[in-house]
Amino acid sequence: MNKDMKILVVDDFSTMRRIIKNLLRDLGFANTDEADDGNTALPMLQTGKYDFLVTDWNMPGMTGIELLRHVRADENLKTLPVLMVTAEAKRDQIVAAAQAGVNGYVVKPFTAAVLKEKIDKIFERIDS
Amino acid sequence: MINKKSLDDESVLGFEDKLKEQANQLKDLIDGGNVAGALAIISQLNETRDKTLYQEVGRLTRTLHESIRNFHIDSGNTSSDEDGSKIEEASDRLAYVVEMTHKAANKTLDLVEETMPYASGISTEAKQLKDDWSRLQRKEMKPEEFRALTSKMGTFLSKLCNDSDKVYSNLTAILLAQDFQDLTGQVINRVTTLVKDVEENLVKLVTMAGNVDQMTGNVQQEAKQQETNMQGEGPQMNAETREDVVSGQDDVDDLLSSLGF
Repeated sequence: MNKDMKILVVDDFSTMRRIIKNLLRDLGFANTDEADDGNTALPMLQTGKYDFLVTDWNMPGMTGIELLRHVRADENLKTLPVLMVTAEAKRDQIVAAAQAGVNGYVVKPFTAAVLKEKIDKIFERIDS
Repeated sequence: MINKKSLDDESVLGFEDKLKEQANQLKDLIDGGNVAGALAIISQLNETRDKTLYQEVGRLTRTLHESIRNFHIDSGNTSSDEDGSKIEEASDRLAYVVEMTHKAANKTLDLVEETMPYASGISTEAKQLKDDWSRLQRKEMKPEEFRALTSKMGTFLSKLCNDSDKVYSNLTAILLAQDFQDLTGQVINRVTTLVKDVEENLVKLVTMAGNVDQMTGNVQQEAKQQETNMQGEGPQMNAETREDVVSGQDDVDDLLSSLGF
């Protein structure tokens, strides 16, 4: 796993973005950017600068699941690893995220250990 | 309020009794061939219905007005002439909660981000000194290295004093930043009370409107709302009592692994 990879953190709450950025930095990923919903995130992703997307589900404007579907439908972005970090906990939603091609799903409230485990797992699978 | 409700029921029940009585009379008159008498009863029936209906509509309107008036601010606050409603006030209060929690979270994050370098700095230097110290104990150290170590140790100890004071004072500030819980808790409790009041009043209005509907023969069809499953719901409060919701990360992992993740 490349610790220099560029990560986009998408959440409508700035404090949650800060928390995730801090946790990522603790895990050795210092190269992060932020966006506050899918509408802001998508054009940023389309620049092709990002190697990993961490997104919330429930946001005004474009939600996380819509963002995920846009990413998977985009020829240049469809292989981008996506981790959903969200308070949404309905089984149907988790199944829908899986069907839309999410690479990992973390429910809030979460711990640093869970975040690390999911990120490790995603890149283990990609690297192998 | 309870008196009023039984009064409503009484007037509706009275109407029903009268309806039954007059319907029986009507049947008897028609069976007996008294058409004029039957027509008189029919017009009486209409009158009874109209009167009860007017009464019910009047009562409904009055209660509606009362409810609307009730949700206005008690004029304890004379500083503003604006006629804000309790609902408006509640939204302001909730906005205050969002602002308070936002501020507290940011303050805590600021302090944590400020403190982390102190902790990692202390740890890095202590590790270096520990290695040197071990070499000293194993008597592997040259006299000049020992002199360097002593001076390094002195610098480290005075830095440690300063930095640990800073860590301690930041931790105290983080502690104090949690006071929002008390303040926001009080505000949220007040808004919860208001929501309960509004609900109670709405239920009362719905019951009264139901009486009117009964009188006019209106049958309300409950519009069944198709729940869109993919709508975000936010945090789940009673995850353990709901079948369609996972109760934590372990459940999510189990579900995903059952899908072949």
